[in-house]
Amino acid sequence: MGAFVDLMRRSRPARVGALIAPAMLIIGIFMVLPLGLMAYVSILERGINGGVQWGVHTVEAYVAFLFEENLLGELSVNPDYIRIFARSFILSFVTMAICLTIGFPAAFYMALQPEKYRNLLIFLVTIPFWTNLLVRNYAWILMLRSNGLLNEALLGLGLIEEPIELLYTNVAITIGLVYSFLPFMVLPIYASLEKLDLRLVEAAFDLGANKRRAFLRVVVPLAMPGIAAGCILVFIPSLGAFVTPELLGGSKSMMIGNLIQSQFGAARNWPLGAALAFALLAIVLLAMMVYLMRFRRPPSAG
Amino acid sequence: MRDGSVAAIDVRNLTKVFGSGSQEVRALEDVSLAIARNEFFTLLGPSGCGKTTLLRLIAGFEQPSAGQILLEGYDIVRLPPFKRPVNTVFQSYALFPHMTVAQNIGFGLEMQGWDKPRIATRVGEMLELVQMGSLGDRRPTQLSGGQQQRVALARALANQPKVLLLDEPLSALDFKLRKEMQIELKRLQRETGITFVFVTHDQEEALTMSDRVAVMSDGEVQQAGSPEQIYERPVNRFVADFIGETNFLQAEVESEGERYRLPGGAVLSGQDPHRHAAGERVTLALRPERVELEAAGAEGLTGAVERIVYFGTDTLYFVAIAGADLDAPFQARVQNRDGSKAQFSVGERVGIRVAPDAVQVLVD
Repeated sequence: MGAFVDLMRRSRPARVGALIAPAMLIIGIFMVLPLGLMAYVSILERGINGGVQWGVHTVEAYVAFLFEENLLGELSVNPDYIRIFARSFILSFVTMAICLTIGFPAAFYMALQPEKYRNLLIFLVTIPFWTNLLVRNYAWILMLRSNGLLNEALLGLGLIEEPIELLYTNVAITIGLVYSFLPFMVLPIYASLEKLDLRLVEAAFDLGANKRRAFLRVVVPLAMPGIAAGCILVFIPSLGAFVTPELLGGSKSMMIGNLIQSQFGAARNWPLGAALAFALLAIVLLAMMVYLMRFRRPPSAG
Repeated sequence: MRDGSVAAIDVRNLTKVFGSGSQEVRALEDVSLAIARNEFFTLLGPSGCGKTTLLRLIAGFEQPSAGQILLEGYDIVRLPPFKRPVNTVFQSYALFPHMTVAQNIGFGLEMQGWDKPRIATRVGEMLELVQMGSLGDRRPTQLSGGQQQRVALARALANQPKVLLLDEPLSALDFKLRKEMQIELKRLQRETGITFVFVTHDQEEALTMSDRVAVMSDGEVQQAGSPEQIYERPVNRFVADFIGETNFLQAEVESEGERYRLPGGAVLSGQDPHRHAAGERVTLALRPERVELEAAGAEGLTGAVERIVYFGTDTLYFVAIAGADLDAPFQARVQNRDGSKAQFSVGERVGIRVAPDAVQVLVD
């Protein structure tokens, strides 16, 4: 018996290894390898007609991210890319905040419904996924443009005198992003609220907490894993969003995704595209680490 | 009400209906109860009898369909739960999993706006009170069932409620722990002087812990009284049947409040709070331990021993009574004072001697 247990214990890493091997293999081939390749590309000299000059190493791409070189070879800070990064972060953050504001009450409402309605509601939340993201973004163009549905309606109601410029603005991008990513906020929050024991809320009432305090001290903390997951699932994909800013944003409100795409495409500057991608990755990882250090800590008193 | 003071809880004509139409469930039907201050009051009944609904109405988690709930004379029906000076110990404990034990206990005080040093002092006292002194920093999930129970008690008592409501708090504990907690609860009630309203379906728990018990069934209070009254003087068949073991005998009233004739011809004297008139058919309740067996005589109640079960401290005899129309064999529980020998054997004819005040006349 002891020997058997010993054997099981000893072979455990081997069994675990065998179980995760397929996943590791796929991640290795389809994620680590291409990422490594891109990391390498980011420190290569750009090719004249796109692509790279293999074996010619330079940090030019990373320098170009922050600085520009004038004709005399002097470097000065170039805020263009930083501005695009900043816009991306701000739009993603606003998107996340709006999704949370809309998504939490929706998820809370869903979680409080009788069980038979809940599945129907989840089903309704997932309906947008049935159609292609491109199609849905084109639909927003029809909604938001000067003679689009929204402006026509507002004009018709006499609320505005002339059409509002919505399309190709940051507002349009935010609307598109919120629309695209809202389900990713609703579903994880719903999942954590559904598990919430309503007797805990009763206990809070019983101990003298009014609705607001019961909500803030019991419901929100217990829904925190869902809120955090939802925020990450909205914020990170928003940062890298490409289709929505491309279609709804136009050239004046470029986001990181469009910038990177243009480097690999029209600008034929693969190293810069790769460097931008890695700058984004580094910032996101850093933010995640800060987040984890902040939230792994057990909640303090008071 | 004891010594004429205002009742801690005075429930008047309380009715609670859930749902409507064909889905309608009448959980409470015109319930009136007065619970005195400092009383350990138990709501006893089978599941679905309305006892938990009554508790939730007092706590404020449900609104009554009709009736009043007075707390020390003031109607609290319109107060939301967080404004009622009442706290609850939940069946599942409902401890906040994201807070430590100390934070759980301090939660109510924090809601009342106490400052941190005072909360800390009080939490320390409460931890001592429930003998959990060193575990304030633990999470509820790191505690055993019994410890969680103590934390739930401390949390509910920390606010010094006027009334503590306990919803089957011991049902999740194993037998030994339950016995310990029964004693513990009685001690806490004595030490804090807080009125306890305790809900249980366990009759033994109700009898051993309570000052008074209300037996409930089908949304109505069947009988309220001291454990002795409930056990010795059940008013109806439900109470007599639910609490302890009882023999039910059909009889005809021979003289009002005195003599009752059984179908076999034997006559028993009994107590009748309902004053059935002579000639009426009634049900008599007779506890198995309130009878004695003797060698069969010519007179009185007689029968043949059908089965014998030895319990150590006593022996249970099942006796078939000739002519009596019984749902179950008549049971007689006889103390084993003289060692282990059974006094009678299966098949033997015995006489059943009934103590004079042992027979209770019921309303069906």
